[in-house]
Amino acid sequence: MASQIISLSSIATPNNGVDLDEIMQQKAEHQGCGTSGGSGKASCGTGAGQGDLAPEIWEKVKNHPCYSEEAHHHYARMHVAVAPACNIQCNYCNRKYDCANESRPGVVSEKLTPEQAAKKVLAVASTIPQMTVLGIAGPGDPLANPEKTFKTFELISKTAPDIKLCLSTNGLALPDHVDTIAGFNVDHVTITINMVDADVGALIYPWIYYKNKRYKGREAAQILTDRQMQGLEMLTERGILCKVNSVMIPGINDHHLVEVNRAVKSRGAFLHNIMPLISAPEHGTVFGLNGQRGPTAQELKALQDSCEGEMNMMRHCRQCRADAVGLLGEDRSAEFTTEAVMAMDVEYDLESRKAYQSLVEQERQATADAKRAELETLAGEQSDVKILIAVATKGSGRVNEHFGHATEFQIYEASASGAKFVGHRRVDLYCQGGYGEEEALETTIIRAINDCTAVFVAKIGGCPKASLEAAGIDAVDRYAFEYIEQSVIAYYRDYLDNIRSGAIVHGQRGDAEIRQGAYIAA
Amino acid sequence: MAFKIVSSQCTSCSACEPECPNMAISEKNGTFVIDPAKCTECINYFDEPQCVAVCPVDDTCIIDNNYPRYVA
Ligand code: SF4
Ligand code: SF4
Ligand code: SF4
Repeated sequence: MASQIISLSSIATPNNGVDLDEIMQQKAEHQGCGTSGGSGKASCGTGAGQGDLAPEIWEKVKNHPCYSEEAHHHYARMHVAVAPACNIQCNYCNRKYDCANESRPGVVSEKLTPEQAAKKVLAVASTIPQMTVLGIAGPGDPLANPEKTFKTFELISKTAPDIKLCLSTNGLALPDHVDTIAGFNVDHVTITINMVDADVGALIYPWIYYKNKRYKGREAAQILTDRQMQGLEMLTERGILCKVNSVMIPGINDHHLVEVNRAVKSRGAFLHNIMPLISAPEHGTVFGLNGQRGPTAQELKALQDSCEGEMNMMRHCRQCRADAVGLLGEDRSAEFTTEAVMAMDVEYDLESRKAYQSLVEQERQATADAKRAELETLAGEQSDVKILIAVATKGSGRVNEHFGHATEFQIYEASASGAKFVGHRRVDLYCQGGYGEEEALETTIIRAINDCTAVFVAKIGGCPKASLEAAGIDAVDRYAFEYIEQSVIAYYRDYLDNIRSGAIVHGQRGDAEIRQGAYIAA
Repeated sequence: MAFKIVSSQCTSCSACEPECPNMAISEKNGTFVIDPAKCTECINYFDEPQCVAVCPVDDTCIIDNNYPRYVA
């Protein structure tokens, strides 16, 4: 195991005589290029490949759908809900209700024992060969349930050693468990860090339970942030990759997150994922009930952009349900209920999984090559025009979803430096907003992608096409089944040509809405 | 001499179970219950009742008035 634990300092490539700060700076930059959205940065090459990332880190993240924006088109992860207990209270969480329509992070309908969970993982991995990652993320805090969490890891690492293990934690108990985590060869840990200032923390966390005592207010937040920073440093020391999640809460920590970004980056986090607050009164959370709003798409992107200069941002997180199974964005958990799984006769076939995964590798390479070739046609292009393009896709990095069937759109930013993935817009659950009718659905989608210049689809009907055009969004089906990034670049090139010839006038688009609720496919 | 759990409020999150110094808490029919014969209100162990301190739902672990207060 020790050989797999790499030292993060090996990422730095110090020149002769550079001082430590400079090395740290390089280290952070190298980590920053690791996974998603690197295409905008010259040093990151294509964003689909390794770039200049240390081979050990690239090895760890390249097939991880949560960490690599490019891998999440091809590989799948699952979460098992073995950890119901929590040791802190967050104002955006309410563990009192477990409603079937619920889909916020932290809410799952099925709690599993470690034995049930292990069997479920094996069953899923045998059926879905792209399943390469198992995460434990709740519904409570995995480290507030250490026995259950580690028992699950133990069972799985015995039978399915090729599955990567990861866990998400609030960090309070993290320093106590870092060595166990390292012992299980858990190579990814996610810590949710929403603040590094106890005054901000007091507005987010009403209390924590620590060392047999309930702490409140500033005191609670101070303990939490100290433990989070300590845990992060300990993970970095042991060479365990650490991602930081932050929930953007407008008016509470939105400006402060830039400071959080700096703090976690300096402690060696390799990725920072800023997620919008999910709050609706029917969730019964403190923020839901007191009317705390979530950010708009533009606010979220602005914050991600302002942090990106310093560190890599993760924009493809869909805040999935903790028990979601399948490719990100595609939930197959209904096939794998506890009942169904326990009745299954599971045979774990490592070889056929490997064979399948090598096919996926080829497809991935083809996508990257196509993008590189297309990018060359943009060489020498000087323009500060940037446009957003929404894409209907089922995965594999292609424009392959019918407009009417899309439950979400992937958003790409096209600029003279190429195509960059910047996020998702969900359009499922539209009935929750009270828009059940066909026509209203179109309005919902338009609201969700209102900041986009075009939407790429495999197919689209005449009516929705007309409504989109009326809203100033170009509905494009000529790239059906083509590679997404290649198409985005091609469209952008035409767009620039059209501006030059005067056929179109480039204008700013408005803001868009972020749908409330975590991702579930209908 | 005991605390009890208001079962209609309990989320079955299990957080209280391992914290009880007397192993008085267990799962029964989907929710958690306190054995009044074992509960000492955490007296002699901790400054505050652990089940109350860890429970995510306010007023779910409460004094059971059917029993006299625990005397150490
Ligand atoms: S919520 Fe979904 S996208 Fe986000 S880290 Fe978890 S599995 Fe990955
Ligand atoms: S008050 Fe203390 S002893 Fe009684 S049930 Fe709660 S944790 Fe156990
Ligand atoms: S901590 Fe509270 S909600 Fe959780 S099981 Fe115990 S009594 Fe129920």
